[in-house]
Amino acid sequence: MRRSWVLLLAGLFLAGAPLAVFAAGAEEEVDPDETRVGVVFSIGGLGDQSFNDAAYAGIQRAADDFGITFDFVEPDDVAEMEDHQRSFVEAGYDLVIAIGFLQESGLEAVAMDYPDARLAIVDAVVDEPNVASLIFKEHEGSFLVGALAAMMTESGTVGFVGGMEVPVIHNFQIGYEQGVEYIDPDVNVLVDYAGDFGDPGRGKELAISQRDRDADIIYHAAGGTGMGVFEAAEERDFYAIGVDDNQDHLAPGYILTSMLKRVDVAVYEVVEDLVAGEFRPGIHEFGVAEGGVGTTDFEYSRDIIPADVFDRLDEIREGIVAGDIDVVSAHD
Amino acid sequence: MVWDYVTYLINATVLSAALRMATPLIFASMGGIFSERSGVINIGLEGMMLIGAFMGMLVTFYTQNPWIGLIGAMLSGAIVGFVHALFSVRYKVDQVVSGTAINIFAVGFTVFMLRTVFGVAGTSPAVPRIPTVAVPGLSRIPVVGEIIGFQNPMVYIALILVVFVHIFLFRTVWGLRLRAVGEHPKAADTVGINVFLTRYLAVTTSGALAGLGGAYLAIAHLSRFGDGMTAGRGFIALAAMIFGKWTPFGALGAAILFGFADAVQMRLQEVGIPRHFVLMLPYVLTMVALAGFIGRATPPKAIGKPYEKE
Repeated sequence: MRRSWVLLLAGLFLAGAPLAVFAAGAEEEVDPDETRVGVVFSIGGLGDQSFNDAAYAGIQRAADDFGITFDFVEPDDVAEMEDHQRSFVEAGYDLVIAIGFLQESGLEAVAMDYPDARLAIVDAVVDEPNVASLIFKEHEGSFLVGALAAMMTESGTVGFVGGMEVPVIHNFQIGYEQGVEYIDPDVNVLVDYAGDFGDPGRGKELAISQRDRDADIIYHAAGGTGMGVFEAAEERDFYAIGVDDNQDHLAPGYILTSMLKRVDVAVYEVVEDLVAGEFRPGIHEFGVAEGGVGTTDFEYSRDIIPADVFDRLDEIREGIVAGDIDVVSAHD
Repeated sequence: MVWDYVTYLINATVLSAALRMATPLIFASMGGIFSERSGVINIGLEGMMLIGAFMGMLVTFYTQNPWIGLIGAMLSGAIVGFVHALFSVRYKVDQVVSGTAINIFAVGFTVFMLRTVFGVAGTSPAVPRIPTVAVPGLSRIPVVGEIIGFQNPMVYIALILVVFVHIFLFRTVWGLRLRAVGEHPKAADTVGINVFLTRYLAVTTSGALAGLGGAYLAIAHLSRFGDGMTAGRGFIALAAMIFGKWTPFGALGAAILFGFADAVQMRLQEVGIPRHFVLMLPYVLTMVALAGFIGRATPPKAIGKPYEKE
């Protein structure tokens, strides 16, 4: 009996071992004049074709432009994140950037323990005097794609598929609804939540269900669940709208555009501030005006969308930037 | 007015969705029946499904043929099932612990492999999938045709499988032996049935069927693998098996009921019933089943007990 337990534990350990190896080592000699930035990625790590890859692109671009050096870690679970933040701070990094709202409570603790450290967090607000909180106006970007959906629908019904019903996702939903209403108050918006960010099977069924109820354009803010929305679009012949990253290539011709959340822009700018000696703690909002949210370049849908729709979309974009169009957020 | 609600919630498109949602549950619960009827608890169905989903996608990616992918999913599920049998039968590990270990392993293995093979996290590239078919004749019948006439071949395979499992368990001598091993292994041993071999075969088959259930998600319903895409369906399948009192037709009924609950909740969200309540509906039904409100659910007598030859 005892032997079998040992065997099982050994098996478990072996199974888990390869997963623990993704950690950066910053052992090389440190030039005191060099600006060093530490990045703690979110779950999923590099290669996620989303948040982490976008953050990496931003820091890489900053490194090329400003000659800084950076190191990064890819945590496997939320519990590790605070330790990684802490070790970067203790190793004397000039700035530590935490990617994703999962790091919020960890960073808060680190910020209090090291009041002299310069910290930044993406997609969450940590109200400490040494933290720059980089957040996005998802509602503004969602307003744009909502307006696009309302202009493109032929049935008069459009859909929204959310992942989990959390404040951030709610912000996508209400921005989308406002965009639709801005164009045509008579267009009906179906809203469904999957209750899961990683269940594409349910995402597909939710989209099919909305399609059965006449929706012909469906916007998702549902992470991996949204993959199912794209598959439903191909199978049931409707248009989908992607989110966060440029997802247009995932179902070419069936995705009108994606609502981009430019994590790369946010990360680049906070490093730019640091290098210029102007690191500013507090809330930094990235909306349409800052180029932090927006649409893709319509690579696969250029021929589907009429020119006047593009014109109207540009007007709306300018309206939001000028403040003529006021998009209400879920946090207000 | 009331009738409007009824037809909004119960109609051909909802029932057809229910069948699609039930399919992975049917495969996995048949797997559960094989294992548990032989006396081995299989809480690792979830992990076996996940590995089946991944390997189904991987083999399809390399062969560009989802039917070969299906075989890959079955084989990989069978291997994991065999490992569970090895732990449970040979090393007499606590079967719940072994099953849990498999579930944890499956998450790590698939994340790791996705990154190693494709260099991505989260979602695999798209692969060809088993296409949906219209069954000649059946699809022309009104209503019924709408529900079961245009489905993925895997849906039909799942339904046929239930009949086969029933015949195997209750109409063949092998089925009788398998049940005997799960009820009273000592008695089975005395009459010359190889208890160990029977359990090895049953648990390995269990893994193969769970693997098929996972493959349905990755290469039939969808055409790519996503991290954790089984999303607890292995556990719901386990509940369907218990709800169905360890019988194939009972589990089928439960799987379809759970699938229906899932399909209906998508529409209930629009009616204005709070989403959080609606989303927990399948789980509430599962707990009602487990609490024994629909008659006592009696597991096979020797379940969970490793057999020791004297």
